[in-house]
Amino acid sequence: MSFSFQIDLKKGTVSKDTEKLNPDILYDLLVIGGGPAGLNAALYAKRKGLEVGIITKRKGGLLLDTSVVDNYLGIKEMSGESIADEFLRHVEALEVPIKDDSEVVGYTKDGEEHLLTLYSGEMFKAKTILIATGSNPRHLGVTGEDLYAGKGVAYCAICDAPLFKNKEVLIAGGGNSAVEAALDLAKVATSVTLVHRSQLRADAILTEKLKEDPKIKVHLETQIEEIFGEAAMKGIRVLHKETGEKEELYADGLFIEIGHLPNTGIFKSLLELNDRGEILVDEKNRTSLPGVFAAGDVTTVPYKQIVIAASDGAKAALGVNEYLNSHG
Amino acid sequence: MKMFNEEIQDQLREIFGDLKGDVTIALFTKEGECATCEETLSYMQEVEELSDKIHLERYDLDKDTELAEKYGVEMVPSIVLLDSNKNYRGIKFNGIPAGHEINSFIPALLEVSGNESELPKELEERIMKIDKPINIKVFITLSCPHCPGAVQKAHKMALMNPMIQAEMIEAETFGELSMKHNVSGVPKIVINDQYDLLGNQPIQEFLNTMEKVS
Repeated sequence: MSFSFQIDLKKGTVSKDTEKLNPDILYDLLVIGGGPAGLNAALYAKRKGLEVGIITKRKGGLLLDTSVVDNYLGIKEMSGESIADEFLRHVEALEVPIKDDSEVVGYTKDGEEHLLTLYSGEMFKAKTILIATGSNPRHLGVTGEDLYAGKGVAYCAICDAPLFKNKEVLIAGGGNSAVEAALDLAKVATSVTLVHRSQLRADAILTEKLKEDPKIKVHLETQIEEIFGEAAMKGIRVLHKETGEKEELYADGLFIEIGHLPNTGIFKSLLELNDRGEILVDEKNRTSLPGVFAAGDVTTVPYKQIVIAASDGAKAALGVNEYLNSHG
Repeated sequence: MKMFNEEIQDQLREIFGDLKGDVTIALFTKEGECATCEETLSYMQEVEELSDKIHLERYDLDKDTELAEKYGVEMVPSIVLLDSNKNYRGIKFNGIPAGHEINSFIPALLEVSGNESELPKELEERIMKIDKPINIKVFITLSCPHCPGAVQKAHKMALMNPMIQAEMIEAETFGELSMKHNVSGVPKIVINDQYDLLGNQPIQEFLNTMEKVS
């Protein structure tokens, strides 16, 4: 059990008025999303002198669910959360107001003003908006997945790993997140079996660790067809694609780490998307609507990485600045 | 061993400068068979030392049965927060609120002291309208970054409406109860032992569920 403290001291304090998003201000830019893309965009926009605010479901975004980050230049083996804290501290030092725990559920345009309505009913307005809402865990889409979600089927390894102490778990996926989840879970579970429909595509440095861990078994070219159980999940039915054999693998839990789906929310029907549902953006992060920009994992920008999302956010803020300069 | 280093102590002292009134931490432990009672006690002692407004009172689940019943304490360790009039405001932590959960514990101290943050009016009205007894259990693990958010929301509603009681439950310490509620993902929110919500839900989702209870 971990007794270490991870204090987000900001959460305990009462925020000053300058740190609150103000419904009466017409912002130059409102950023939707508080992950690396949104935070970096706010940083760049603020430094350009723009009046900028952030609306986010959770400060830090997907970074918070990442156990260890070792591929961001200049940062060695830092927890996703510590990096999120550093990012946030940087942005908050510039007094950018952040509206936390808030989801945008409505978007309209009134003349040149973009109006955003939150789930709480509050409304905010801006000359430009930047959608940096990131992505949500992708689901397998097999029978039993919804039924056993939270009853064995899990999507956040760092959150739920302690609940699988001395239990047997399965991991679905073959990318970095899946392999990291397997390595994390092997520390507490009795056995870990990673199942992936094709070949591993995780970084070599991680797959080597995977092979060295005596607790971890790997099934490649193996398709998950069903999750079964009673009150809780009991196991999965798989198809070994090379032999055509079917097999039942029993376990107490299944962590699904098969990538992410763009979280386009209300913008799904308003903007042009590609066939994967990602928001189409040009090289300056403009979308199909004037004054509406998008950055990071929610867009067509390939390779969902922290460093890529962050740099995309910076680019978008500069694009916004250029747009505002030319539109007055 | 101290849980807070000097730097954190200083930061917490500053935060506790915002405490409006006095807050009492009523900690329930018991003799024997309590794996985390000692740690929780020393943790609470450290917190008490950081502000004159924070008072720690220690009770025994088996001996102080009347008080335990009054606050609905059934397991140990359990932390009940009392306001400046020593009133129970429906806020409890079962298990040690360490790790990430300090991010729900510190704000709870501030809120119980009278330093309440605002909610949008519409939500406030819906919360005040709840007129049936509601118990909200929020199951968490200490390594879960978005669990404190769910705990904070539940506690906030309890503070606003006396019909609502909210308790954090650390799922590892209370394994049996967690099994009973099939907790294998956190945060898991259980309302009146009957309705489940998975994940850090917005207050609206809590309300939608609580309004179903009849």
